[in-house]
Amino acid sequence: MFGPEQGHFALALACVLALIQFVVPLWGAHKRNARLVAMAPFLAVSQLLALAISFFSLIMCAVHDDFSVQNVAANSAASKPLLYKITGVWGNHEGSVLLWTLILGVCGAAVSAFGRNLPDILRGRVLAILGGVSAGFQLFCLLTSNPFDRVFPAPMDGQGMNPLLQDPGLAFHPPILYTGYVGFAVPFAFAVAALLEGRVDAAWGRWVRPWAVAAWCFLTCGIALGSWWSYYVLGWGGYWFWDPVENASLIPWLTGTALVHSAIVVEKREGLKIWTVLLAIATFSFSLSGTFLVRSGILNSVHAFANDPARGVFILALLALVIGGSLALFAWRAPSLTSGGLFSPVSREGSLVLNNILLCSICAVVVTGTMYPPFMQLLAGRTISVGKPFFDAATIPLTIPLLLAMGVGTALPWKRAQLARTFSHLFVAAIIAAVGLVLCFWKFSGALPIACGALAIWVIAASVTDILRRVGLGHSSMSDMVARARNLPRSSWGAALAHIGAGITVLGLCGMSGAQHAIVEIHVGETRSLAGDDWTLLNVHDYAGPNYRAMQADIAIRHNGKLITTLHPEKRDFTTQNQTTTEVAIHTNFITDLYGVVGDRHGTGANATYVLRLHRNPLAPWMWLGGLVMAIGGAFSLSDRRLRVGAPKRAAARNMAQA
Amino acid sequence: MTRKTRRLWIVIACLACISSAAALTLRAFSSNIVFFMAPSQVKANPPAPDRTIRLGGMVMAGSLHRITENGAPVNSFNVTDGQAAVEVHYTGILPDLFREGQSVVALGTVQKNGGFTASEVLAKHDETYMPKEVAEELKRTGKWDPRFGKAPDAASWDTMTAKKAGG
Repeated sequence: MFGPEQGHFALALACVLALIQFVVPLWGAHKRNARLVAMAPFLAVSQLLALAISFFSLIMCAVHDDFSVQNVAANSAASKPLLYKITGVWGNHEGSVLLWTLILGVCGAAVSAFGRNLPDILRGRVLAILGGVSAGFQLFCLLTSNPFDRVFPAPMDGQGMNPLLQDPGLAFHPPILYTGYVGFAVPFAFAVAALLEGRVDAAWGRWVRPWAVAAWCFLTCGIALGSWWSYYVLGWGGYWFWDPVENASLIPWLTGTALVHSAIVVEKREGLKIWTVLLAIATFSFSLSGTFLVRSGILNSVHAFANDPARGVFILALLALVIGGSLALFAWRAPSLTSGGLFSPVSREGSLVLNNILLCSICAVVVTGTMYPPFMQLLAGRTISVGKPFFDAATIPLTIPLLLAMGVGTALPWKRAQLARTFSHLFVAAIIAAVGLVLCFWKFSGALPIACGALAIWVIAASVTDILRRVGLGHSSMSDMVARARNLPRSSWGAALAHIGAGITVLGLCGMSGAQHAIVEIHVGETRSLAGDDWTLLNVHDYAGPNYRAMQADIAIRHNGKLITTLHPEKRDFTTQNQTTTEVAIHTNFITDLYGVVGDRHGTGANATYVLRLHRNPLAPWMWLGGLVMAIGGAFSLSDRRLRVGAPKRAAARNMAQA
Repeated sequence: MTRKTRRLWIVIACLACISSAAALTLRAFSSNIVFFMAPSQVKANPPAPDRTIRLGGMVMAGSLHRITENGAPVNSFNVTDGQAAVEVHYTGILPDLFREGQSVVALGTVQKNGGFTASEVLAKHDETYMPKEVAEELKRTGKWDPRFGKAPDAASWDTMTAKKAGG
C-alpha cells in the first residue's frame, strides 16, 4: 500500500494539486468568480493529504529496510534503532525537502481550517500563493532530488547514518526549525495577497500576526534546540559557531522578530503598513535563502550534505522567481498603500520603529559577515573567513541600545508619551538594574558582559514591574489585583514573558563568556583542579553498544572534599561508518554546567593515560531556557482572546465586504 | 507632530543605525578577517606572527606525534598541499573526524621558526572531501590525475615526482 512508487505518485499528485491551487483561485479572484476562489481550501487540504501519504510511504520504506530505495540505502542500515530509522528520513537532503513541502502543505491546510473568518477572496489568494511556493518545491523534489529513486541491484544493507545525527535532540531539531522557516510563508502569502488586493488595514494586521508569531515561536525553539545540540553533542563546549548555516537561521529570526513587532503597529495604529509588508516578504526570502545556503554547496560548511550543481541552479531559479517576483510586485503596488496614524518619536510606535531599525541593522551586519567571504572567493579568488571575533565586535554594540529600548518600550503609551510619567514607571526597574550592574561587576569580567548583563536584568525588571503596575500593585486589594491580572490581555503577558526570555538568554550568554576549561592528560586515579573543583578520573572501561564500541570514563567532581557528582563521558566507535563520536557528560544545577569529555587513550594497561577536557560553564542552561521562555511567551500571546474569538474578526470581515 | 517631522525622525534614526552598523562592520572586518592559506603559501610569504590564519591541507600519513607537556597533551602533525609541509602544534583533543591522510583546517598563528601553533583544529565531515586548492595544486603539478583513480597518499605528495603519479 505505502511503497516507494505509491509515494512517488502521491508526490506528483500533490504537485499537480498545488499547481491548480496556485492558478485557479488567483484566476477566480481576478474574474470575481466566487466558486473558483472557494475551491482553494479544498485543494489545500487534498494537497496535504497527498503529501502526507507520500511522506508516510518514505517512512515506511525506511522502517521496513527497503534498501532498493536509493535514499534508504544511502542513509539507513538494518541495525539502526527504530527511532532513528524514522527520524533519519529527514536527516538527508531528499527527505528534508519532502518534509519542507509537507510542512508547507500543513500551513496551507491550517490557513483553510483557521481562516474561516477571512474574506473569501483574501483567503483564496493567500492559499494560491502558498500553493505556488509549494508547487515550486515539489517540482524541485521530483526533478532533482527524488527520495523514491530505486537502485538496482539493491544492496544487502544500507550505508548507515552519520552517527553524529543519531541523537534525539537532532532528530526533532529539523522539523521544528523547518516549521519556523516554512511558517513564515504564511505572512509572506498574506503580504503578496494584500499587494494584489492593494489594501492593508488593521484587520490584515490582526490576521497576519498570529501566523508570524507561531512561525517565530518555532524558529526560536529550532535555533535554541540546534544550539543546545551542538553544545552537548559536538563536545567542543561551544554553543554557537557563527557558522553560515547557523547564521542562515538567525537572519530570518531577526527580521521575523521585527515583523512580529511591526505587525502590532499595523494592528493597533494602522501605521508602518508598507514596511510590514516588506518585512514579511524579506523574512520568507531569508528563510528560503537559508535553505538554499544549506542545500547548495555555495557556502560549504559542516552542515552541507548536498553539493550538486543541478540542484543549486534549480533552487537559484526558484529563489529568483519567488523573491524577485514578490519584490517586483512590491515595487509596483506598494506606493498605492496609504500610510496611517501619526505618532510622536517618544511613544510605543516610536519604540517599535527603533526596535525594527536596530534588528534590521543587526541583520544587515550578520548578512554581510555571512555573504562577504563567499563573494570574496567568487570575485577575488581569495579564501577568507570571519568568525566569532567579527560578529561579536559588530553585533554586540548594536544589541546594547536594543536591550535598553526593550525595557522602555513596553512602558510607553501609544501615540505620545509623557517623559516624566514614563520615568516614574521605570524608576523601580532602573534601581534593580543598578543593583544588577553591581552584581555583574562582581560575577562577570570584561566591559561588554558586564554591560549586557546589567541590561538583561534591566529588561527583566522592566517587564516584571510593567506587569505589576498594570495589575495595580500597591494601590489595589489582592482580589482586585487577581481580577485585573485575569483581564490583562494575554498578549501583554506574552510580550512580558518573551522579553524576560530574551533577558535570560542574554544573561546566559554573558555568563558563558566567563567559561573556563582545561585539557589534561592523566592516569586513572589522578586528580586535577579547575576553578575550585577537583576532578578525579576514577575508572575507564570498555563496553559494546548496539552498533558501536564505547570507552566510558568515570570522573568524580569534588568541591572542598564534598562529592558533587560523577560524570560518565564516553567515546564511541561506530565500525560501520569508521567514525567516532564523543558523548559529553554534563552535570547541571541550572546555575553552572560541569562538562566533561574523554578523548584518546595513550599506552596500555596500568600505564595508560587518558586525555580529558573539563569545562566549567556558568549560566549555560539559561541560554536555551531563555529561548524556551521566549517561545512560551509567543504561544501565550497566540492564545489571546482577540486572536482566538471570531467576533471582532467577523465584524471586520463584514466591514471589508462592505467597503 | 506632522507627518514630515515624523518622517525626518525615522530617517535620522535609520541613518544613525545604518551608519553605525557599517562603521562597526568595517572596523570588525579590518581586524578580524581570517585568510585561508595553503602550506606552500605560508612557506613562500609567512604572515606576521600575530596574524591569525586558517591553514588547510592534508594531514601527512605517519606524521602525527603526541607528547605530554605539563600534564596537557600536545599533538604535532604535518599539513601538506603537495608543494610544502608545515608542522602544526595543537594542545587539546583532536576532533573525532581527524585522520592521517585526510584534510584538515587549523586556525592559529605562524611561529618565527616556521611552525604553526593551532588554537582550533577542524576536520571535514566528508571523508572523500579534499580542499579545492589542494586538488587543483595536485592536478597542476601532475601528481594526480582524477581520471586514474583516487588521490595518492598524502605522505607521498611532497616527495613523489610527476612521472610516478597516475602510472
